[in-house]
Amino acid sequence: MTDIYIKGIGNISPQKTIDNSGFPDEVMEYPDAEYLKCIEPVYKKYIEPMASRRMSRVVKMGLYSAKTCLDEADIEKPDAIITGTGLGCVEDTEKFLTSIIQNEEKLLNPTPFIQSTHNTISAQISLFLKCHGYNYTYAHRGFSFESALLDSILMFNEKSANTILLGGVDEITENTYQITKRLGHWKRENINHLKLLEYKTKGSIAGEGSAFFLLTNQPDKANYAKISSVHAFYKPENSGIIKNEIISFLSKNNLRVEDIDVAILGLNGDKNFDEIYYKLTEEIFKNTVCAYFKHLCGEYHTASSFAMYTAANILKNQFVPDVIKFNNKPQRQYKNILIYNHYRNINHSLLLLQNA
Amino acid sequence: MSDRVFVTGIGIISAIGNSSDEVLNSINLKKSGIKLSSYLDTVYKNEIPFGEVKFSNKELSEKLKINSGQIITRTALLGMLAAKEAINHAQIKNISEARTGLISATSVGGMDRSEIFYEEFIADNKKGRLRNIIGHDCGDSTEKIADMLGIKDFITTISTACSSSANAIMFGARLIKNNMLDRVIAGGVDSITKFTLNGFNTLMILDRQNCRPFDEKRNGLNLGEGAGFIVLESERIINKNKKEILCELKGYGNASDAYHQTASSPDGFGACIAMRKALEAANLKPEEIDYINAHGTGTPNNDLSEGKAIENVFESKIPYFSSTKAYTGHTLGASGGIEAVLSVLAIKNNLIFPNLNFENQMKDLKITPVKELIKNIEVKNVLSNSFGFGGNNTTLIFSKI
Repeated sequence: MTDIYIKGIGNISPQKTIDNSGFPDEVMEYPDAEYLKCIEPVYKKYIEPMASRRMSRVVKMGLYSAKTCLDEADIEKPDAIITGTGLGCVEDTEKFLTSIIQNEEKLLNPTPFIQSTHNTISAQISLFLKCHGYNYTYAHRGFSFESALLDSILMFNEKSANTILLGGVDEITENTYQITKRLGHWKRENINHLKLLEYKTKGSIAGEGSAFFLLTNQPDKANYAKISSVHAFYKPENSGIIKNEIISFLSKNNLRVEDIDVAILGLNGDKNFDEIYYKLTEEIFKNTVCAYFKHLCGEYHTASSFAMYTAANILKNQFVPDVIKFNNKPQRQYKNILIYNHYRNINHSLLLLQNA
Repeated sequence: MSDRVFVTGIGIISAIGNSSDEVLNSINLKKSGIKLSSYLDTVYKNEIPFGEVKFSNKELSEKLKINSGQIITRTALLGMLAAKEAINHAQIKNISEARTGLISATSVGGMDRSEIFYEEFIADNKKGRLRNIIGHDCGDSTEKIADMLGIKDFITTISTACSSSANAIMFGARLIKNNMLDRVIAGGVDSITKFTLNGFNTLMILDRQNCRPFDEKRNGLNLGEGAGFIVLESERIINKNKKEILCELKGYGNASDAYHQTASSPDGFGACIAMRKALEAANLKPEEIDYINAHGTGTPNNDLSEGKAIENVFESKIPYFSSTKAYTGHTLGASGGIEAVLSVLAIKNNLIFPNLNFENQMKDLKITPVKELIKNIEVKNVLSNSFGFGGNNTTLIFSKI
C-alpha cells in the first residue's frame, strides 16, 4: 500500500479547532445547550459577502474548512475532492420542502433546491478552486466519512492522485434535532455535555462538524500523521465479532493490541450503545490509553472525522489532552492510534493512524 | 490491479417495465413510459407528464412479499426489486461464498415519505408519524436492500445528484480491482417526489409534453423514477465459478465541470474530461465506440453542452448516439444504473436504441441522434454518460467479451 499522510487540516466544530494551533487549550462548555453547534468563523476571509449570502451554513462551513486545510498544506488545487456527509444540506432541503407545503407548490425560490443536493459542498469547493478532478460524495449514515477515506486510499493505490482533499461534514438544524429527539436519539434530561458519560441514561447529545484533511503521498516532517488503514463493518451480531474485527484489522496491519498507544472510542453517553466500548476498555484495551471525543463535538454521522482530527493532533504533538482521557495511564510515546466508532450499532468502523 | 471486472447480472424497474425483459420489449415497440401520474399527489397532476413506475407502493410491497403494514419508502421498494432481479439474473444463490458488497446511490433518498411527514410536522413539531421520516437519509434504502439480500461485507451509498449511480458502478469496479471485494451489486434508485418535481419545475426545465432530447425544439426534461443495478464480478471468481458473462466494464471516468452549480459549461469541458478518462482507462480509441447512450435530458443546456463535448471527443468519427430518456424519463440518481442496464442490453441483443421524439436537427450541433431502432448490429463498445448538479460528470464504458 502507498503511504498516505495528513498534511493539512481544517476543522470547524463546537470547539476552537479551526485555527490549527494544536488541540485547543480552552474547552468550550455549553451548559444549557440541547445540542452542540459549531463555532462559525468570519467567512469573509475566504468567501465574498455576496456569495456568502446565497450559501447555507453547511456549505460555508465546508468551504471555509476546506480552504483552511489547503492553506495549511500549501496546496492550491488537490487532484481529487472526496467528502462524506450523512444528511447533506439539511437546511436548504428543509427550506425548500417547507416552501412547497406552505405555498402549495406555487411561486417557489429555486435556490434552496439547487443547493440541497448532497454533493453541493464538494461541488462548491471544486467551483471555488476551479478543480476539474475526481469529485465524489458519500452519504451513508456512519459509513459516510469512512467510505470517502477508503476511496481516497484506493485513489493513491491506483496512482490516480498525489493530493486529495477529504472531508466529513454534517450540520444540525432545529428541525432535525426535534425529529431525532422524538426518535429517542438524545437525552431528555438537562445535561452538561462535558459530563456526557456520567449520566448512564438513554440518548446522547447531538452535534455537528466540518473537518477537512489534505492527504498526500509525500513524506514530510511537518505532516501530522500517516493514515494506515480503514475498515467498515455492518451490523455485527455480537461483541465477540466486534473484538475479532478489531484484532484481525490490527493483524492485517502487522500490529497487536499491545502496540496500540491510544484507542479513541466513539463513546456517546447512550447506555444502549456504549456497552461495547466499556467492554473493550475492560478487556482488550485494559492496558491501553483510551480516549473519547463526542462530549466535545456531539454525535453525528461523520463524527469519526473529529476523531481523526484528534488522533492526528495527538501524533503530531505527542500529547493527549486531559479532557479526552477516558482512563489514567502513563504518558508514553504515541505511535499507533486506533479509532473505533459505531453509529447506533449499525455502522461500525476502524481507523488506524500512525506517526508520520 | 490487472483484474478485469465483468457484468454477470442486471436488474431494472422503470416506467417502461419491471424487468429487463419488459424493458427490452418496450424498447423494441418504441413504447415510451411518459404519461400523467397515477400515484403522485401534486397540483401538477394533470399538467406535467412523468416516467412513473406503474405500480402503487402496496403493489410493490406485494411483489416483495413485504407486509403492507410496514412503512417502507418507495425508493427502498424500487431498489429492492431491481437489486433482487440483478442477483437472480447473475444466478447468485449463496451471497457469502464471495466477498460481496452493495454500492447504491440516490439523490433524494426517502423523500417520498419525508414530504408526508413534513406536512404535519411544520404545523406542529410534535406531529407527523415518525415511521415516515426514519427512511429519509440516503443510506436507508441501501441498508434495506443489503438486509434483504444478506450483504454484509461492504455497503455504502453515493449521492452526487444525477451521476450518483454511475459513480456507484465506478466505485464498485474499483473495489474489485483493488482486491477489496470479489463481487459488487452496484447501481441506484430514486422515486418521483414533490420535492424534485417542484425543484425542476421552479427551474423551468420540465417539458409539459414528452421530452425531445437533442431536438432543436426541445423544452426540458420529464422526471422519471426507477432503479437499475448490475452485478460486477472479478475475473478470479468468474473463472472459479465458470459463469456466464454479459459484458465487461472496461472503462470509467469522473470529472468536475467546475463551471456552475446547475448549468453545464457551454463546451462541455467536464464531460470531455470524463469521456477521455474512460476511453483511456478502457484503452480504446474514440472510433472504437459503437454507441453512446447519452445523458441527453432534453434541457436546452444539457443537450447542447453534451453534444459539443461529443463533437470534441469524437471529432469526425461520431458513433451512433441516442438518449433513452424519452422512454424512461430522467430518473435522477437512478439514471446511471438504469442506463448501465440498457447499455448491457444493447451489447447482448445487438441493438442500438432510438432517440424517441427527435424531429429537428439542432442548429448548434453537427451531430444527429439515432431515430429508429437498429437491429442485428454488432455492438462492441458502449459509452454511457451521466451528468449531475454541481458539474459532476461520469462516463462508463461497457464492452463485449
